[in-house]
Amino acid sequence: MADETLDAKGLNCPLPILKAKKALSPMENGKTLEILATDPGSVKDFEAFCRTTGNKMVEHDESGGIYRFVIERVA
Amino acid sequence: MNAEARLMQPYQSGPAPKKANKCLAGSAMGRIAVAEADLPNGKSMTIIVTKGTLDWAYPPFILATTAAAMDVNVTMFFTFYGLGLLKKDLDLTVNPLGNTAMEMPMMGGHMKMPNIVGMLPGMTGLATSMMKDMIKKKGVASIEDLREAAQFSDVRLIACQMTMDLFEYKNEDMLDGVEYAGAATYMENALTSDINLYI
Repeated sequence: MADETLDAKGLNCPLPILKAKKALSPMENGKTLEILATDPGSVKDFEAFCRTTGNKMVEHDESGGIYRFVIERVA
Repeated sequence: MNAEARLMQPYQSGPAPKKANKCLAGSAMGRIAVAEADLPNGKSMTIIVTKGTLDWAYPPFILATTAAAMDVNVTMFFTFYGLGLLKKDLDLTVNPLGNTAMEMPMMGGHMKMPNIVGMLPGMTGLATSMMKDMIKKKGVASIEDLREAAQFSDVRLIACQMTMDLFEYKNEDMLDGVEYAGAATYMENALTSDINLYI
């Protein structure tokens, strides 16, 4: 269970990333953010986001057209 | 070292962040200096923004806001027709005239508009409202929202002073927090930047 959830369903590039960043910023290191998105491009984008910023992708899956990512705040 | 660790490495153990601007002074600039020192990957990007139509406003603002979200220090330099994107009140338009690659989704297919139709009175308004309608339906951010996100994430917005004079724009018509400068200021940033784009 993630510490916080961000509903980014229906939003297109780059809004899921921008909103995720905004949600992660005030969180403490080690806390997790769950993101729900419908943008298929967000799969590659969240991987790239994590590699570049140093935050950690803990889980990601897809069901019924909804992509779910759990990111642990590291940096 | 696995592939993921290798990918992370340059960002975690690279050299100390470069200072993009060595003559930081004044309160607005001080804020940027602090933000910059906090960025873990120490990378920076500049974008020269030269176009001010509704469609061309997207690439620079999408890249700038995304880069800022990825801890990149971003400077945007607005010149010529791009300068209008810094006005307080935006009234962005698009017209397919002269853009033969532009096609709009319509009734399950795509429609291209011949130039002779694009030049008719009212076509700019029509094409603009169609585009804005699609933007809303598809969950694409408005330029106003992206611009606000850019300011929120400390993207440095520089208005070209020469273009301000040339097109007789007034400072009070432009967004608060915009800086006014010229090519040398851009060059100083570009010289120490990892990515420099001209859009």
